[in-house]
Parts: sequence; C-alpha cells; structure tokens
Amino acid sequence: MNILNLLIFVPILAAVAILLGAPARRTALGASAVNLLLSLIALSQYNPVGEKFQFLWFATVLQDWDLKYFVGADGLSLLMILLTTIVTLAAVWASPRVERMERQFYACLLFLSTGALGAFASLDLFFFYAFHELALIPTFLLIGIWGSGDRQAAAWKITIYLAIGSFVLLIGLIGLYLSVPETIRTFDIITLQQLAATGKISATSAHWIYPILLAGFGILISLFPFHTWAPDAYASAPAPAAMMHAGVLKKFGLYGLLRVALPLMPEAARYWSDLLLVLLVCNILYVGLATIGQKRLDLMLGYSSVMHMGYIFLGIASFNLIGLSGAALLMFAHGLAIAALFAITGHIRERTGTVRFSELGGLAKPAPVLGFLFALAAFASIGLPGFANFSSEIMVFFGAFGNKSTGPGLSHFQLATIAALWGVVISSVYMLRGFRAVFLGEIDKRRASIPDIPLAARWPVILLLAALMLGGFFPGVFLKFIQPALQMFAAH
Amino acid sequence: MFSPISLEAGVIVIGLFLLLLEAFSTDHKKTNIAWAGITGLGLVFTLSFFVDPTPGTSPSWNFYTADPLAMFFKRFALVTTIIVLVMSIEYRGVITKYIFGVSPESGLGEFFALPVFTCAGLMWVASAVDFTLIFVSVELVTISFYVLVAYMRRNNASLEAGVKYLILGALSTGFFVYGITWIFGVTGETNLDKIAAVIPTLHGSETPLLFGFMLVMIALGFKIAAAPFQIWVPDVYQGAPTPVTAYLSVGSKAAGFVVLIRLVDTFLSVPLVRDKVIAAMVVLAALTLIYGNLAALPQTNLKRLLAYSSIAHAGYLLVAVASDASLAVAFYLGGYLLMTLLTFLVMIVVANRTGGDDIAHFAGLHRRSPWLAFAMLVAMGSLAGIPFTVGFFGKFLVFTAAYAQGHFALIAIGLVTVAAGFYYYLKVVRAMYWQESEDTSRIEAAPATNAVIATLIVLIFVLGVYPGPVFDMLRSKPVVQKVPAR
Repeated sequence: MNILNLLIFVPILAAVAILLGAPARRTALGASAVNLLLSLIALSQYNPVGEKFQFLWFATVLQDWDLKYFVGADGLSLLMILLTTIVTLAAVWASPRVERMERQFYACLLFLSTGALGAFASLDLFFFYAFHELALIPTFLLIGIWGSGDRQAAAWKITIYLAIGSFVLLIGLIGLYLSVPETIRTFDIITLQQLAATGKISATSAHWIYPILLAGFGILISLFPFHTWAPDAYASAPAPAAMMHAGVLKKFGLYGLLRVALPLMPEAARYWSDLLLVLLVCNILYVGLATIGQKRLDLMLGYSSVMHMGYIFLGIASFNLIGLSGAALLMFAHGLAIAALFAITGHIRERTGTVRFSELGGLAKPAPVLGFLFALAAFASIGLPGFANFSSEIMVFFGAFGNKSTGPGLSHFQLATIAALWGVVISSVYMLRGFRAVFLGEIDKRRASIPDIPLAARWPVILLLAALMLGGFFPGVFLKFIQPALQMFAAH
Repeated sequence: MFSPISLEAGVIVIGLFLLLLEAFSTDHKKTNIAWAGITGLGLVFTLSFFVDPTPGTSPSWNFYTADPLAMFFKRFALVTTIIVLVMSIEYRGVITKYIFGVSPESGLGEFFALPVFTCAGLMWVASAVDFTLIFVSVELVTISFYVLVAYMRRNNASLEAGVKYLILGALSTGFFVYGITWIFGVTGETNLDKIAAVIPTLHGSETPLLFGFMLVMIALGFKIAAAPFQIWVPDVYQGAPTPVTAYLSVGSKAAGFVVLIRLVDTFLSVPLVRDKVIAAMVVLAALTLIYGNLAALPQTNLKRLLAYSSIAHAGYLLVAVASDASLAVAFYLGGYLLMTLLTFLVMIVVANRTGGDDIAHFAGLHRRSPWLAFAMLVAMGSLAGIPFTVGFFGKFLVFTAAYAQGHFALIAIGLVTVAAGFYYYLKVVRAMYWQESEDTSRIEAAPATNAVIATLIVLIFVLGVYPGPVFDMLRSKPVVQKVPAR
C-alpha cells in the first residue's frame, strides 16, 4: 500500500466511520495521530539525494486525456504534508466540547485534512485542484453551524470568494493543459515540467495564463486586494476550523505557485514579478497597518495571517534558491504559529466569552501558563530568533535583496524588501499590543478566578510550538528536503 | 441481436399493456401498474446492450440512426422514465387528492402509463436524423406532456401550468414547422445528412437557410428552456405534479439537446454558415447563463429554484454546443439527470411529510433524516459543481471545450454564474444543516425510493471520479454509423 494513499484515505475512512456511529472524538484523534506518524515515516523513508519524486502511484482515469489519479512527493510536498498532519492533530485535540452535531463537526475537520493532503500529494493537475476544492462545503458547514459572531455572513463570504477563486484557478489550469500541442497534452505535472524545460508550453499562452493562475491562487491565499474574505472568516470560524484554514488550506495556493505556476512558466513569472511585488508590499504594509487598528483578538490574528502572506510572496517572487526555500519554510512556520494562536484564542473565547480587547485584560494573573504559551506563539509569529519563522524570514529577505538591478540604484526587489522589513516592526507592534490588551493590566473582577488552561488543552499548543522551535534551531533538517525540490527552477 | 427500433416498439407495447391492465385488471392496487412499467422498462434497458447497431438497408432507414449518441440517449430516456415512475409512486397521495373518481385510486393508472409513451417519443428523438421523424417524435413527447402537466385536474396551479405549457408549446411547434419548410425550401431535403451535403453548393442563398435555422432554434429554445424562450418554465415547473416537473426538466431538455446537437452539426460544414450558427449559440448561451443563474438567486421555493437551475444548466449545455463538443453535452446531460432526479426524489419524500416544497420546509432536515439530508447535500454539491461529483466533471468538460474554442466571453460569464450557483444551491444546504425546525419527527422513504437514492448517490461520485464508462459508451464506433445519403 502506497503511504501517500494511506495518508489521504485514513481521514476519509475515519470520517465515514464517525458518521456511521464510531465514537467521534476518539476516532478523529486516533486517525490524525496515525496520520502524523505516517507522515513522519514518509519523511524518514524519503531519500533526498535520490529521484526527485518518490512514493509514486497512479491509476488511469481517462487514457486519451492523460488524466490520472497520480500521487507522489518531493521534499516540498512532504513538508506540507507534515504541516497538515501536525495541524490536524492539534486542531482535533484542541477542539472544545462540541454541544451540537458532534459527529458532523469532526467529520468536517477530517475532510478538510483529506482535501489538503490530497492536494499536496497529487501530481496530476485535475486531482491537485479537485482535492483542494473538496474543502469548500465542510468549511461552509463548519463556520455556518459552529461559528461565532456574524457566522452566517462570514460563511457566505468565504464560500463565494473561494468558489470564484477556484473557478479562476480552474480556467488557468485548463489553459495550461491546452497550451501544449494537442498530441502531447497531459495533466501529469512531472511530464509538464519536462515539457516546460524543452519549451513545449507556448510562451504566448503562458504569458496570459500565469496572471490568471496568480489571480486564482491569489484569491485562495488572500493576496491583496483579494484578501477581504479571510479575517472575517477566521474570526467567525470555530478555532479548529480557523487553525486548519489559516494554517494549512491557505498554503495550498502558495504550494500551487511553487509546484505549478513557477516551474512551468518561469518566463511569465519573471515578466509579472513587478505586479506581484506591488501587491505583496500592499499585503505587508496596508494590511499590516489595518491589523494594528483591530479591536478584537480574532480579527487581529486574521489580518496578521493575511499580512504574513506578503513575506511568503516576497520569497516566491525573488526566484532564487535562498528566497524560495525561505518561502517554503515560512509556509510551514506560519502555518504552525497561526494555528497555535488560533487555538489559544479559541480557548480564551470559551473561558471568557469575549475576544474584545476592551473587555479583556490581566488574564496572565489567573492563567499564567496560557499567557506564556500565547507569548511564545506571538514571538514566533513576529519572527524572533529561536523559531522557524525567524530563520525563514531572514532567508526570504536575503533572497529578495540578492536580486540586484543591472543598472545603478536599487532594484525593484530591493525596494520591496526594504518596504517589507518595516512589516517586522508592524507585526511586533500589533502582537505586543494584543498581548498587553489581553494578558496585562487590570483584570475584570468577574474573570479574576478563571482557571488556567487545562493540561489536555496545553498539549496541542506545545506540539505546534515544539515543531516551530525545531525549525528555528535546526532549519537544516527541513532545508535538506526543501532545497532539492526547488533547485530545478530556481535561478542561480 | 435485435434491431434498434425494436426497443421503441417494446416500450410502446409496454405502454399499451399498462393501459389494458388499468382497464381490465380487477386488482385495485394501482401501484402494481407502475411496478410492471418499471420492470418492463428495465428489461428494455438491459436489451439495449444487445442491440445490433447496424441499421437495415431499406430507404426508410435514412431517417433513423443508431449511432453511439442515439444509443446513449435511448438509455438516458429509459433510466429517466424508470426513476420518474418511482417518484410517481411516492407522489400518488397528492395525485389522488386532486382527482375525484369512483374508487380512491382512479386516475392513477394512466398517470403511471403515460410516461411510458413519452419515453418511446424520447427514444425516437434520440435516433431521428430527418426533420419529419424529428418533428413527429418531438410532438409525441410534447403532447404526452400536455396531459401530464395538467393531470391534477382539481388543482388550479396544475391547470394553469397546463394551459401555459399548451399555448407556448403550440407556439413553438409553429416555429418548428415554419423553420423546417424554409430549410426544405432552400435545400430541397429533410434529411440532415443530405442537407449537410447540399449546403456547400448553395451559393448566395445562405440567408434564407439561416432564417429557417433560426426558426427551428427558437422552437428548440422552448424545449431546452433557453433564454429568452424560458418564460413558461417557472410557472409550469411549479404547477405541474412534481414527478412530471422532474421529467420535463430532464427528459424534455435532453430531447431538445439531441436535436440541437444533430442540427448544429449539420450546419457546420461551410464557414460562412458556421460562424453565424456558432455566434447565435454563443448569444443564446450567454443570455441563458445570465438569466437562469441571476433569477435563481432570490427564489425561496425549491421547485421554482430548480426551474431556474434547469435554465442555468441549459446555459452550460449551450456553451458546450457552441463549442461543438457533443461529448461534453451528452456527459453533462447524463450528470444532470443523476443530480436533478436525486433532488426531485428527496424533495417529494420531504414535501409529503412537511406539507410543502419551500426551502424553509427543509429546515433541520439533518435531524429528521440524516440520510435524506446527506442525499440532498450530494445533489446540491454536484449541481453547484464540487469536485469528485459528476456535476463538476461536466462543468470541467464544458469549460475545457469553451477554452479550446476561444469562447473567453462565455468563460467570463461563467465566473459570475458559477459563484451565483454556489449561493443558491447552498441556500438549501443552509436550511438543512444550519437551521432547526420545531417538528423533529423522523422522515422515512419507501425502501425502493431509498435504493434509487443510494444508486444515484453512488453514480454521482463514481462518474465524478471515473467518467470513463460514459466516455466509452459515447465513443465506441459502431460498424456503420449512418446509411450514406444517396
């Protein structure tokens, strides 16, 4: 049995078992623990100096379209798969007691996990797309049924937005499929990479398909100006759904850029890089300033997650090995950090019934451990040394700044990097401000005796933070896997 | 091996048999008539796989073909009719409520027998390649629908629907005949193959030919519910008995599209004519997509919503027709059959218990019947186009064809309409899962209905991931496709 197939089908089977009557929480926990174990086994079995894609397995769907269910993984996909399994386990673990429709809740979470795992493991454009889109209905249900605040509006907004983004993406992928001569058309990503290397993908088509893909992926990633769905949705979603979405599913778009758009259409990517630079600087500065202005913890985290996408875009736009590997590592790090923050926020909401800064304060006194964990996650998110975010952001900045202009003066990349560096200041401001508002100062008398975070709820956060520290102290562990995957198309 | 026409003959015999059974049987259990019909049609469906696709050699075979497309749509008609009969059994309570007679079940027998005749008409349409046969078989379908739509004769809505359908149906028939005479006048032929052969030799008289084509297209526009010929759809769909609505939205639409595929194919040989025909299809597709999807947004009644959704899907199908992709049209219709009939089936069961077919009547369905709510979720997901369902694969084929033909305007419209589709289909999901109802008594369907629901769900997923079998059915080359025109 192929290990990637196991990874994809364990959550689905668990979800079906839950819907048919298996104990919901225990089954979900068991399945996600098994999956984390499986992803670690896959990582240990992967040979970084061997074939680029390993664990290959396929089943033909349409012979003459060369459409097949085709899984396989390189270091980049394995890193994303590891991210998915860690965050899934943490999300299931951190789920509070579900009062209403418990079975459906856990089944939806597991479907989100399958969607992400399938997308990261697919080497066929059709299934790569289809798996991600699988998450749409579970997201709609998760926010609509178990969300808080203005959940209905948020659920509609994210669903319609993502449906539009997915459709744009679909059109781009169809265009990509049709851009090679009719006799050699294929959905197979490996074959397409070979075709791209030999110049079989029509340059004129690629020139227009790339921006379509960028828009499609961009909507899914919340690239400025398509970001407005994200903060509302994350704020209203139940904490585990926000963890899965902000932590994992949003990375699908970035992964798609690294897996499909850049390697297949490098020329077009270079042509459109100036546009991307402008948008990503808006992501960092405009959305960053909007983050500072937020008055609620959940909205602030939602905006901050949009803002951090800007750094990853900067690494992707830089188009050299350092920048690209930094982007990939930052995808991993950001997913873990934001998941930890949302888990803690969910806990605060459950205990105090509010996430408004004006109503909170002084929580560090009755709940010191909660405050400590939040502080660690916030430091990670800002990018303090010792966490994977630091090493990856440094790489992104070095990578982007390394693109010198051919003439005198600074290149566009260097200007964008300088602008982006201010983002670090911005994120320190809002994170520390948020920390002060929630944990320091005077405490409301009604909350003076709330209990600290229970032991069982600490573990998922500790799991996420431990992975972050591993990436911070030993980034080489991960880079060993990432770099061979990105070497092929990175400019030297 | 049988001759393909024996399938239609068989269906007619079954229909007559059912009528005789109704007239002379002393058994008062009318559902037995429906079960006899289902069994008979199932038998014909099985036999359709053992048909010799080589038609005879007599001149009368000029107007009949048994190519893969025809065989596909014959099976399509049979499956649709079988499921409609299963629905009719669930729906019989409503029918008897609006028909008063000597016995409590009078009027039911004919209600079960009439769809069988419609089915024969649909099967002939699938094979018709001559305007005379096309016209006659389309009329056979339409006339049986006149009766079926107005069947609940003590129900004002049903009668209103019947009158509207009759008047607009007659109008479209007028357009149809008039168009055929123009085409015949220019080409001197009624056979589609022969017309195709004549068109390149018409120097200068393309305009009257295109005029005839447009008239026929208007008539077909009524059948497939394409804008701006869709005005009858919402009222007729809402007023007609629900199984008949399902039959109209699947069977009647499929008949229109088979004819449209064959007709458009005929006119594609000459660039001058081809460009105009394609342009007309693009305009029709654009109008239908926009109207169907935007008008569906504010609907609160599920039956009416499905009427607009039927227009919307006609739009996607027209995109495929405009892209000259008959395979995509056939596949999309096949998927449309599965998901639409699934929706109607669940709707009938739920409406029987909740007393209405507004979306509000579905509130809290997940608690009253998790199984039916899940079935509806699958149907809505597939109609909206969620991957791994047949609905998504259909849209994928349609838009791939549109991209390949460079219809970027239609793709841009598709961006808006797909998003709109997500909104109005998920409104039903919202009612079922987000909202709660005061009445929490369980809703159960008959075992046969549950079996059909389960089959449809499985097919929606299987064909959404592995569409190969349908492709093979549509592409397998018969020994002789058509008798060459002499």
